[in-house]
Amino acid sequence: MSSLPLISTAAVGRPIAIAAPDWSTLIFKRLSAMPKLAGVTSASRLEVRPIPQMVPSGVREIDTLTGGLPRGCLTEVCGPASSGRTSVWLAALAAATQRQEVCALIDISDAFNPLSAAAAGVDFERLLWIRCGMRLQKSGSPQRHRDSEKKGKIEKPVEQALRVTDLLLQSGGFGLVIIDLGDTPLQMARRIPLTSWFRFQRAVEHTAMVLFVVTREPCAQTCASLLLKVSGKKLSALGFQFSAKTSLEKTFPAHAQLLCGLQVQGELLRSRLERKPSQSVTAAFTTKVRAG
Amino acid sequence: MPFACIFIADFPVEALLRAEPELRSQSLAVLEGKAPLQKVLAVNENARRGGLNPGMSKLQIEACAGLVLRSRSLSQEAAAHAALLDCAQSFSPRVEAAGCDTIVLDLAGLHPLFGSLPKIARALSRRASDLGLEVNVAVAGNPDAAALAARGFSGVTVIPEGKEAEQLGSLPVEVLFGNSAQESGQLLETFSRWGIRKLRDLAALPDVALSERLGQAGIHLQKLARGDISRTLVPFEPPLIFEEVIELEYPLMLLEPLAFLLGRLLDQLCARLEARALATQELRLDLELQNGYQRDESDGLALGSPHGLFSRTLRLPVPLLDSRIFLKLLQLDLKAHPPGAPIVKIHLAAEPVRPRAAQNGLFLPPAPEPEKLELTLARIAGIVGEDKVGSLELLDTHRPDGFRMHRFAPEPFSPQGHRGTEKKNSHLSAHVSSINSSVSPCLRGGDDLVTALRIYRPPVNVAVSMQDGRPAQITCSKNKEMQGEILWAAGPWRSSGDWWEQEGWARDEWDIAVQGETGIALYRLVHDRLGWKWFLEGSYD
Repeated sequence: MSSLPLISTAAVGRPIAIAAPDWSTLIFKRLSAMPKLAGVTSASRLEVRPIPQMVPSGVREIDTLTGGLPRGCLTEVCGPASSGRTSVWLAALAAATQRQEVCALIDISDAFNPLSAAAAGVDFERLLWIRCGMRLQKSGSPQRHRDSEKKGKIEKPVEQALRVTDLLLQSGGFGLVIIDLGDTPLQMARRIPLTSWFRFQRAVEHTAMVLFVVTREPCAQTCASLLLKVSGKKLSALGFQFSAKTSLEKTFPAHAQLLCGLQVQGELLRSRLERKPSQSVTAAFTTKVRAG
Repeated sequence: MPFACIFIADFPVEALLRAEPELRSQSLAVLEGKAPLQKVLAVNENARRGGLNPGMSKLQIEACAGLVLRSRSLSQEAAAHAALLDCAQSFSPRVEAAGCDTIVLDLAGLHPLFGSLPKIARALSRRASDLGLEVNVAVAGNPDAAALAARGFSGVTVIPEGKEAEQLGSLPVEVLFGNSAQESGQLLETFSRWGIRKLRDLAALPDVALSERLGQAGIHLQKLARGDISRTLVPFEPPLIFEEVIELEYPLMLLEPLAFLLGRLLDQLCARLEARALATQELRLDLELQNGYQRDESDGLALGSPHGLFSRTLRLPVPLLDSRIFLKLLQLDLKAHPPGAPIVKIHLAAEPVRPRAAQNGLFLPPAPEPEKLELTLARIAGIVGEDKVGSLELLDTHRPDGFRMHRFAPEPFSPQGHRGTEKKNSHLSAHVSSINSSVSPCLRGGDDLVTALRIYRPPVNVAVSMQDGRPAQITCSKNKEMQGEILWAAGPWRSSGDWWEQEGWARDEWDIAVQGETGIALYRLVHDRLGWKWFLEGSYD
């Protein structure tokens, strides 16, 4: 490519002598002289996107795996139920609030447990909790509620969440915004248009905000700068393995020895922040039951 | 010692024009009295040019084309007077309320702050204009000379020291009586018979002869005309009350025109607060509704409010002074809680507080701007509901979901933040740890993650088959994913509380593992021992 002249020799009738160092400059000069291409920046001159600042995720193993959570980017954590997703974002939330950042949680299925969050160390003074869901009418009349629903006046939780996210991102100033789509049916989550994710990604770009999305399966696609998949490895109870059903009867836990925790495995599926790994890398960690 | 006087000509008209500035270019007459005996109290300059004068009856002026008639509003006059006081107070602490339309202030010592006397006079006029008032400002060596000059000369007048008699001489003698000119008709008639039209004529009369004919009152008037009377200013400390009122000619039924009027009131309130270097943290809106409105408990009326009065209070986490933000917040609030009846009077009050002083830093963690945050929260509340957005606070109870929501107002950054957080959650840790106090102590420590529980709101009712006293299978009619054979179960964890009250609770909790389509899911299964129901409270995740 670099050895090809811009104008063929046949066109001018004689060979064109272009000095090697000035070749690209000449091309840019000629291109910029064309009125149609006056405002176009060539791909080779595009600005290199700066490496985002990374903040601790609250889980040492994830920090080792990914380097932390990137500011000004969309981070997606996906996994099935009981895979440890909630434990991961609670840890991130606790870490952010302990850094005295103002955080917001968009709770689409209203599943947030304050006791778990308190045990994780979340500072509630710095957490804005938005519980999406059906709005109760003031009259409290079920008939009126049903009528409104028929007319389409009541928004679905996902639609509410998208509007709320737009407002929060426009408002700015939040250190961490979490969208919890963990209990949202997969079909509904995948129905979120890609343009919404692009909009969110553009809104957080060049800000100090971390946009953290929790889903069952990847939804944000290429808009997510960091995609992490978590899965529960096995149930760890005191003194026995979950799979050993025969030994379970023998070592039935005492009254106080209930569920102890989960063994979670995190897998880095995609990261736009560094060179793509040749194969997916994983990290394992354990959660402990502290809250009732 | 210089004094300034701010005077509003045609005060009742000006008070109304403050609320409806678009009438300034039209002929306006303010009526007073009960129908059909209403009389003209005051008119503006346009109406005066058209031949209208105070004292005419409504019948006499009704035929005039293009004339706008308004009833006198005492509440709007009071608000205009308060605005005038705020204007004066923003320059000098020594202010005398010489009448509802006249304010005298002491300018001694203001030179280093505001510049020369003409500059101060112009600044006073500008400030009054910002507050929606067209005023005359005069500066003189004594309060009475300043008051006479303000009544007599329109615009800004500065009388140099010792030139009072010369400058005031061209004024008519009527200015001596101000608002009480009609009551002093006898003296005016006397002056008229003597051929005295101007103050310089009165000033030139011999003292003794004047005293013999008119007594001390005559001497006093003569001294006023000469501008050499001196008296002590009677300072007035106006109360910090910021209220604005609009009485509507026709009932308002739509929110859009209401927002237009609210915007005007908020501009005036903010200008007044700004003049006193104050901000507000609480706005109270009272809307008087048209007669016949039936009060309904479910429509958002404040308890205890009288019949036909709709009240809304806007509380802000930090002191703000931005009329646009206030307007947007009120609009969102009224959209969520509409008055439900036509509005005939708008009353808006602001609770004054000191403005917020905040020192920002380059290396502080990000935090939303309070103004933007308030708007965002109000908008979000409009989407999800007021009770579903905010910060949460744990209650001192073991009851499930023992928390309450409250307004979100993040504290500013503090270097001791971490310690504060620990302190705040200390009672919480005790509460949480009490649940698991019997769990092995090796579990708490280090950076171990907490196994989080996701709550189902409302809980999912299930049917449970028991085997050997333990749940063996669950069936859920609503969600097929949440049913199947229980692979593992631990429990029960028995708890109860509030048995001494009506809302007592008692339950057995089980942690169960169920094979689902996507893998094994861990649930918290609860048996309500009072209602004898089984339900899934949440899932471990």
